Order: sequence, then C-alpha cells, then structure tokens
Amino acid sequence: MTYGSTGTSEVRETRTGERRISLTVNGERKVVEVEPRLLLAHLLREGLALRGTHLGCDTTNCGACTVLLDGEPVKSCTMLAVQADGREITTVEGLGTPSELDPVQEGFSTEHGLQCGFCTPGMMLTSRALLNRNPDPTEEDVRWALSGNLCRCTGYQNIVKAVLWAADKEKRS
Amino acid sequence: MYPSRFRYEAPRSLDEARALLVQHGDEAKVLAGGQSLVPLLKLRFAAPELLVDINGVPGLGHHTEDADGTLRIGALCRHVDLERSELLAARHPLMASAAPLIADPIVRNRGTLVGSLCHCDPQGDWASVLLALGGHVVAEGPHGRRTIPMAEFCLGPFQNALRPGEIAVEAVAPAPRGAASGTYLKLERRVGDFATVGVAVALETAGGRVVRAGIALTGVGPNNISATAAEQALVGRPLTAETVEEAAQLAADAARPKGDHRGSAAYKRHVVATFVRRGLARTDLEVAA
Repeated sequence: MTYGSTGTSEVRETRTGERRISLTVNGERKVVEVEPRLLLAHLLREGLALRGTHLGCDTTNCGACTVLLDGEPVKSCTMLAVQADGREITTVEGLGTPSELDPVQEGFSTEHGLQCGFCTPGMMLTSRALLNRNPDPTEEDVRWALSGNLCRCTGYQNIVKAVLWAADKEKRS
Repeated sequence: MYPSRFRYEAPRSLDEARALLVQHGDEAKVLAGGQSLVPLLKLRFAAPELLVDINGVPGLGHHTEDADGTLRIGALCRHVDLERSELLAARHPLMASAAPLIADPIVRNRGTLVGSLCHCDPQGDWASVLLALGGHVVAEGPHGRRTIPMAEFCLGPFQNALRPGEIAVEAVAPAPRGAASGTYLKLERRVGDFATVGVAVALETAGGRVVRAGIALTGVGPNNISATAAEQALVGRPLTAETVEEAAQLAADAARPKGDHRGSAAYKRHVVATFVRRGLARTDLEVAA
C-alpha cells in the first residue's frame, strides 16, 4: 500500500513519498512510502490504520505508544518510521485475537488491569517482552520492567497482578 | 508533534557517514538512539537539514575492554547493553550501577551512551560517570581521529566540543591504576525523570589508600561538574570519617544548583554531600574509624 491512503488530512499533507520502506507489522509485510520526518506512531495509526497504538504524552515519557521492535519495547513516538525499514513491528493488534487472547491480555482482563484503557496497549506489549525474556518474573521484576509505562487510573496494583497472572498461566501450560 | 522537514540518509559505513557530515557540516545531525534528538526535533528545538542515521553502520555497537583494562563503548552501544553487561557487572562498578538508572527501561532499549554524552544535557547521567572515571570521547572527522577529554567535551548546556564534520565514535574509560570501585547515586522524583541530583563516585585504591578519586555531579549546574577539590582531598589518604566528611563538604561547595520544582538550591547541595558520603561508604575501601 502507499502510505497515506487511509490517513487523516493532517498526515496526507506530508505525503511527499520520499522514501520507500519495507517492514513487517504483526507478521504482515508492508511496503510504504514515507516522508523522513514521519514518526513510527503516525505511520501505524494513520498510515496503517492500527489505532491500538496510542499517543499519550508525545514527549517520550508515558509509554502509551510502546510497540515491539524486533521483540523489544520502544516508544513509537520517538522513532522515525524510516528507521523501521527492514524491521519487525508488533502492535497490540498483533498480540492476540478476540477468540485467542494472548495470556497477557487474558491477565489484564481477569485481574482488572485497566480502567480507562489508554495505557493498556503499551503496558501489555512491554509485559509481553518481559515474559519472553523472563518467564518467571518476581513482582519487583514486573514493576521494574513497567516503570517506563505510566498509568493514571489503576495505581498499578492490578497491572502487576495481571502480568504475574499471565506468567503463571504460561508456566502451567 | 511533527519535526520540521529534513533529508534523511542511512549510511552503511563510517566512511560514508563521515563524508556526509563533512559535506554538510553544521546542517547535519547524527541520529543514533534518537531518545534525545527525536524529542528535540518534535519540539523544533533542533531543525537540521540532514539527519545522518548511523544505526546501519557496522562496528559501533561494542563495549569491550582492551588488554590493559581500558573500556571502550561504541556509538551504537545502547543503555540496555550496558545494563545487561556481564563485563560491567564484573569489572566496572560505577558504570554498572549507573546503567539501570538511565531514563526508563523502554528508552534504554534505544538510547546510547555516546549519544547521551553528545547531547550535553547538564542533567545527563553518563557525563558525570565519564567525568568521574577520567574518560574521553573519540571523534573522527575530516582531519582524522582525535580524543577529547570528557572534562572538555561539554562547552555548555546542549553544546558539545565536536567540530562540524566530526562524529563521536567511542567513549573511553581508562584502565584503573588500582582496585576500582565506585557507584552512581541518583535522586529522581519518579523513574524516567531527570536527576534532581546525581553523584558519580569512582575510587582507585592500593594498599589501603586512595590512588585516584573521581567525583562528579549531575543536575546541579549548567554542566556536569567535576568536584576536583573533593577528589584531591581523598588522594593519597585512607578513607576515614574525616576525609569522607571533607570530600562531602567540598563536593557540596562545588555544586552550583538552582532552585526549581525539583528542590531548592540548599536542598540539592545537601543531597550532594549526602550522596558523596554514601557513595564513598559503598566503595571497596573501608572507612576507618
């Protein structure tokens, strides 16, 4: 697809197609044309219509825009889309499906790990990366790993429980 | 927020990167981890004509030790590499203790130590670490390679000593002359906030005495500050309650804090002294009664 075909007017304005990049998003190869200044978060949200990636603070603080870049969490508002050329991106849409949730998603549902839900995609992706690297984290490990993702509703208690729930489920299966 | 328009090049070799920087001089900026530069671009505090993305340049991701113990950190070595490094954990205590305190875990996945040094934010942690270790930055430019002592690298807030056309390729911490110990202490309101106060303490000791001392301060002046008088007060002496107290007071005197939402100037100065005491108590050399 060409970047911008589903974009908002604001983003279409930047459609000068200076660079063609190819990246894998949630397992699907995409070839898009992007202006160098386009942020990865905007490519995902506007260009690829994957609006599960949320833009919160837009200043590299809150982690709501977290996606996985080759499996590691990065803030997609603080990376240029061109830098994703040849890389693999996972957004919350690639985490699971409604009929087959990722254990992390199940954990957030079961343990009420969200209230407004705005920070949740970033929280879950960071959690997924943590469990991939460390399948048996302590509560301290979870809190440490999530310290770059801000939540203004929950006080984090249930988020931590949700991640530990997912770790436990994965250990049992 | 959108950065203003720029051209983007992703060179595949250091030679190519250097050629671009020489050709474009002041109008070009190097993009490594981007965790400081991209926010600046978005705020339009920085508006370069050309971004030279060095992420595809091979041979810059290392952190290695020479045979003599000199530590070299490449321009693409990310904070997370240092945080998880067995080499640092085993042999470089000050760097190992600082790595997990940089920004937040997600930023550490992208950001680089060398980039942080080049950013010259007076609240940057790595500059204090390199100052305390007596380190330097290796730059390559149109006239070859040169080393810039960390103490001369930051000319002012957000202003480094690189000349147009130069690129910082490595940060270097020299081999310790004795048993090395040290620690980084950081007071922050929450993870990811800038340091209210940071203190780097590095000691090299032999025969119960301090051979070399490095003490550097973060967030309490227009640049990271080497507390040289405090360092000198320790050299050649054992650690005693008196020498520790003297160093703590001299370091607090070296601070030039400004009161802000993170704390008053007096408070920050107090924290500097406290951190120097704590930092010295955590070194290998026992504080004699």
